[in-house]
Amino acid sequence: MDFFSSLQELHAGLLKREATASELADLSLQRIASLDDRVHAFLHVSADCVAAAKETETVIGQERILDGIPYALKDNMCTRGIETTCASHILKGYIPPYSATVAERLNDAGAVLMGKLNMDEFAMGSSTENSGFFPTRNPWNLERVPGGSSGGAAAAVAAGMVPFALGSDTGGSIRQPAAFCGVVGLKPSYGLVSRFGLVAFASSLDQIGPLTHTVEDAAIVLQAIAGKDERDSTSANIQAPDYRAALTGDVRGLRIGIASEYFGPSVEIGVRNAVTKAIALLEQLGATVSPISLPHTEYALSAYYLIAPAEASSNLARYDGVRYGVRAVDAGNLLDMYEKTRSTGFGSEVKRRILIGTYALSSGYYDDYYKRAQQVRTLIRQDFLDAFESVDVIVSPTAPTTAFRLGEKVHDPLTMYLSDICTIPVNLAGLPAISVPCGVIDGLPVGLQMIGRMFDEQTLLRVAHAYEQAAGMAPLRPALAMGVKA
Amino acid sequence: MSLSRKDVLHVAALARLHVTDAEQEALAQELSRILAYAAQLNTLDLVASLAGVEVTSHMSVSSMVTRPDAPGESLPPEVVMANAPDAEEQQFRVPAVLEG
Repeated sequence: MDFFSSLQELHAGLLKREATASELADLSLQRIASLDDRVHAFLHVSADCVAAAKETETVIGQERILDGIPYALKDNMCTRGIETTCASHILKGYIPPYSATVAERLNDAGAVLMGKLNMDEFAMGSSTENSGFFPTRNPWNLERVPGGSSGGAAAAVAAGMVPFALGSDTGGSIRQPAAFCGVVGLKPSYGLVSRFGLVAFASSLDQIGPLTHTVEDAAIVLQAIAGKDERDSTSANIQAPDYRAALTGDVRGLRIGIASEYFGPSVEIGVRNAVTKAIALLEQLGATVSPISLPHTEYALSAYYLIAPAEASSNLARYDGVRYGVRAVDAGNLLDMYEKTRSTGFGSEVKRRILIGTYALSSGYYDDYYKRAQQVRTLIRQDFLDAFESVDVIVSPTAPTTAFRLGEKVHDPLTMYLSDICTIPVNLAGLPAISVPCGVIDGLPVGLQMIGRMFDEQTLLRVAHAYEQAAGMAPLRPALAMGVKA
Repeated sequence: MSLSRKDVLHVAALARLHVTDAEQEALAQELSRILAYAAQLNTLDLVASLAGVEVTSHMSVSSMVTRPDAPGESLPPEVVMANAPDAEEQQFRVPAVLEG
């Protein structure tokens, strides 16, 4: 039993007393100790996780799959009494007085928090190189990025340090790192999972979701975190269905749409081939495949890089050195204190996006930028609605390339943004999507993205699961994680 | 769309950010490139097709969401103040608003 075992297997092991919850927490600590000096996935390892695990030992119940299971959270989800930094210097030392709803729900489910995971500062980035503290490395190749912004979450799961983690996805920040690290990453429909206690980046786009080794594990974790929360006014009033019951393995008659807009020239040949092969497999399983058109895709990236920074510039106005976080010293007056605090506390990408957003919202430019971007958002959403008239799921690459090298794109913000080209339209439309491994090229995993109808996670998970079972690849295990004594 | 150093300073002031002389030039270039990319939203074909299109600001909120106006449990003041860089007698202390 290790953290490449399924959650079901870990649960069965706990029920049969093959291992105790505190032994699993110990195992996680050992894996972190032996691997994380190379991967750098964790910002903070929880000191009392073994004690927390001990508490769950007496209560492990048949139906409570997450009882005693270790996990970790991206560091933009608040945890009461545990430092939460968003990988930003401006929040260094911030100890939240409350926990995010997702953390509470996992705690209620018996899962054991091992620690907080590295990310691009305030979730702004696609490589985790924008962390204010240190970059995370890809367990498949330490010279490569793990993707981002949930790079710590993807790397920790890929390396078997924890069996699952939660990330957040504003423009692809769960799916793209999942693809780069060879794990499953699910972005649920906007509103399905409460954002209470998630540090806001772009509030109309942010959504929390699981990173796991298998689709079934993603379904199990989603079950625990989904559902209405009075503390998040955007949380949907929906009774979460039984997601695992949807995993029938049967996709006969299911209609899959392929949009040529997602197979543009930026998609590497190896990625294209792996995705094409995956589509052929789905066809063999009895799904029908047909071309569809999402004609406004080409405008999605532009719209996103106005809407997300605009919302961020507003959300990040709260970091002013008054109520929490780090305050710059030697300020002459209040305004000077604000400016010094924000200028020294934020990293360069965060400042860049605040400036872009402020500009897009500023007097004289609002109509040309922000308003137009929001109109484009309507068209993109309509594209998807039209497509879902004739298909049930849309399949594409998750990212146009496999994991790139550290430093390769860090000085070129625009090129970095282009790595989110297949994932961004989904956030603009609020839809659920999942990335599932569909191959390994030159030692680097490739991700297959599936996009579903709003709040139809069941169909999405069913197709992803059927593909995963037929492909027989899961769980992918990087060389780094083999032969590690734990 | 090209931003000058003056534009950068103006936007930075709005955003309460201090930008050094060295940063001004680099930011002017980087922001100009990003805005030039975003300017594809201003292409004539697209602008024509946007006539009369509603804006989408949010995916799931179609009406105002309210909660019952009932008192609940609040965080105690000392817990709220615990993260403050500078606090005194349940108040956040800040530098003078006006110099002098």
